[in-house]
Amino acid sequence: MAQYETYQYDVLVIGAGGAGLRAAIEASAAGVATGIVCKSLLGKAHTVMAEGGIAAALSNVDERDNWKVHFADTMRGGQYLNNWRMAELHAREAPQGVRDLEAWGALFDRTRDGRILQRNFGGHKYPRLAHVGDRTGLEMIRTLQDHGVHRGIDVHMECTVITLLKDGDRVAGAVAYDRERGRFRIFQARAVLLATGGIGRAYEITSNSWEYTGDGLALAYEAGAELMDMEFVQFHPTGMVWPPGVRGILVTEGVRGEGGVLLNKEGRRFMFDDIPELYRNQTADNEEEGWRYTQGDKQARRPPELLTRDHVARCIVREIKEGRGSPHGGVFLDISWIRKRLPHAAEHIKKKLPSMYHQFKALADIEITREPMEVGPTTHYMMGGIHVDADSQMSTAPGLFAAGECAAGLHGANRLGGNSLSDLLVFGKRAGTHAASFAQEHGPTRIDLEAAEASVRRALRLFEGNGQPALGDGPYRIQQDLQETMQRLVGIVRTEHEMLSALEAIEQLKVRAQAVRVSGNREYNSGWHTALDLPNLLIVAEAITRSGLERRESRGAHFREDYPSQDLAQGKLNLVLRKGPDGQMRIERRPIPQLPQPLQQIIDEMK
Amino acid sequence: MATATFRIWRGSPQGGRFEDYSTEISEGMVVLDAIHDIQARQANDLAVRWNCKAGRCGSCSAEIDGQPRLMCMTRLSTLPLDRPVTVEPMRAFPVVKDLVTDVSWNFRVKKQIKAFNPRPPDAQDGSWRMLQEEVDRVQEFRKCIECFLCQDVCHVLREHHLHEQFVGPRFFVHIAGLEMHPLDTEDRVPELRQAHGVGYCNITKCCTKVCPESIRITDNAIIPLKERVVDEFYDPLKKLFAKLWGLV
Repeated sequence: MAQYETYQYDVLVIGAGGAGLRAAIEASAAGVATGIVCKSLLGKAHTVMAEGGIAAALSNVDERDNWKVHFADTMRGGQYLNNWRMAELHAREAPQGVRDLEAWGALFDRTRDGRILQRNFGGHKYPRLAHVGDRTGLEMIRTLQDHGVHRGIDVHMECTVITLLKDGDRVAGAVAYDRERGRFRIFQARAVLLATGGIGRAYEITSNSWEYTGDGLALAYEAGAELMDMEFVQFHPTGMVWPPGVRGILVTEGVRGEGGVLLNKEGRRFMFDDIPELYRNQTADNEEEGWRYTQGDKQARRPPELLTRDHVARCIVREIKEGRGSPHGGVFLDISWIRKRLPHAAEHIKKKLPSMYHQFKALADIEITREPMEVGPTTHYMMGGIHVDADSQMSTAPGLFAAGECAAGLHGANRLGGNSLSDLLVFGKRAGTHAASFAQEHGPTRIDLEAAEASVRRALRLFEGNGQPALGDGPYRIQQDLQETMQRLVGIVRTEHEMLSALEAIEQLKVRAQAVRVSGNREYNSGWHTALDLPNLLIVAEAITRSGLERRESRGAHFREDYPSQDLAQGKLNLVLRKGPDGQMRIERRPIPQLPQPLQQIIDEMK
Repeated sequence: MATATFRIWRGSPQGGRFEDYSTEISEGMVVLDAIHDIQARQANDLAVRWNCKAGRCGSCSAEIDGQPRLMCMTRLSTLPLDRPVTVEPMRAFPVVKDLVTDVSWNFRVKKQIKAFNPRPPDAQDGSWRMLQEEVDRVQEFRKCIECFLCQDVCHVLREHHLHEQFVGPRFFVHIAGLEMHPLDTEDRVPELRQAHGVGYCNITKCCTKVCPESIRITDNAIIPLKERVVDEFYDPLKKLFAKLWGLV
């Protein structure tokens, strides 16, 4: 057995993005010993990339807004597959989440009377997003990080969890390795909280960094917990498409919120061509009205560029497929046109979208105040994830909690922009509170050292043969092949035939991943880390594909060319996955509980 | 397709050396793209720290042709490619491996800085009222992505190794953001003079030049903080009043 260090906490939080930090702050405030393990340095998690803002019905800008409208918007955006209780809690508690941040030092842009300013965003009926220019995520993560470090929370940076340990049915700890030295750490905990974020690395074109390999989902799955809604992967409509090195990097929806328009190569504003029935009443049918909306006219309806992300992404794909795309395989996103409407437009753009201005100038030589950007869809967010209890965020495995992107339920079939940062605040806090109570109410756990040692042996086996892979390929190659498979066969537009081929390909990739070997030593060895992440990506890829096959309809982010319309019956169920006793992935249709009358009434009133 | 040579520092805390790698390059590429290609095809175990690839997270700091830069924001078209491009780790921090350095000192320093402490809320719901102009004054400091390039280039740390007496430009920016925060009530001036060692900075502005967020570190953060220290501790009139009437 290799040497390892051991640590004990009441609550062990895995992941240090917005959800993990918010949870850890709450757990430690409840007086329990709290530790965080995170794959990167503190403050680098993908929350930092969030641009647009935090959706919360503060009603500072439009007094007609309230939690009920936010709830109805979220449910409509999610095509009613959302866990309605989570959508309710989220809408009710998001404003307090924003106020907590302000109390910890976050500085949001202000209204004229000195309150928190809110901006328009896709799918939100009223201006709702508290923001700081287009770097809201940085403000949020730095605020949480700085507040957290003064609370005495232990942080294990650049440390990756590879296995959850159990004590009977209860999740009782974790095995991790540190990047720096490649040494193992064993964590014993009374409650474990997953906040590991997304799965973007399962696809070729993604806004996600190397970290987002679905670790939390795979850890929970292997520990016997259920996954849900895995067919719903959000492809953000606007990622950069050029230069190749930055393909997929996000271009905030805030560009469209500030008046940016989508154009095809003929200069046509194609988003007016296809407005879904569900949104027709709320969408402008002419350019003039759309412009007035972005400038705060409360009588105007929103422009079609601000329809939900799933729809905008599909319209862009249609334009590209039909030969009306831009030179590098995207479409044009133009904010510079507002020169015609606003004096000092260039200054206005730089002030409202400073990061975007800088990003395009530095990486693509594009001056966005004067010329259009080229954009195309990019894998952005996983609506599905670990199935949790709405109030406590506990998974179906006792002692295991999940919050943020790695948890399922709030967003249903499609997430609205701005609802992820509020998700992190509301459910990070809830998960922290409930994990702390669980730890206080339940006794200490016993660590299964044999399981821990087996996990370490599996990790070290990758070095056998000193990098001479049995099948002649390395971890990067396998990861790339998986990404290419998912991009091509389980992407924005899906068919049964393609997804069946994807399943076959995934089976072959599993065999290759089993045989993969790495070279070098254990210190900061990215090849080894990539190999260790592969099984997680493969579980995620299989879960997405199996759920995608099972849902024979098109809804939200899941679009089936062979079943292009919605199906009433399937709109009343979630797909739930777990590991069967034979080690195979089991899928189950789970009816959505009946919406309570008061909530149903809200939805009906807002239709 | 064109190729370029990258002279990459490979090594450990015990020492290391530069090794040359040639790789194909294409239009629009940045240094980090080239490093990734080399890592995927030629040196699987090459250590490099990165995350966002868009200049937002501040993970991929290194010294490129001797200049402290973010690898993800340094386009190859801005570098002379007729000779090898050198890529080495930040030299002011201990090496972990290859291009990765141990920056944990920065995280320890931040813990020592007095936390934000707001005045009581202005409204019943626990919120505050602030003008946009008040907020704008500190936004510049809050843009910092903690890439630590300013720490890397600061000679007080890089050459004189005064890590115990001097917190470095990054944390003067942080303190400036707190001291000028419209809601904050804490006083960090005594620490600035003593534990944080603001006096060691002799305003060479090296930090400002390397900041990828274009924060005017010296002019807008460090000099105003130095002035606060002077006002509080070295104002002769104030000293006299303090002596006579016990005022501070």
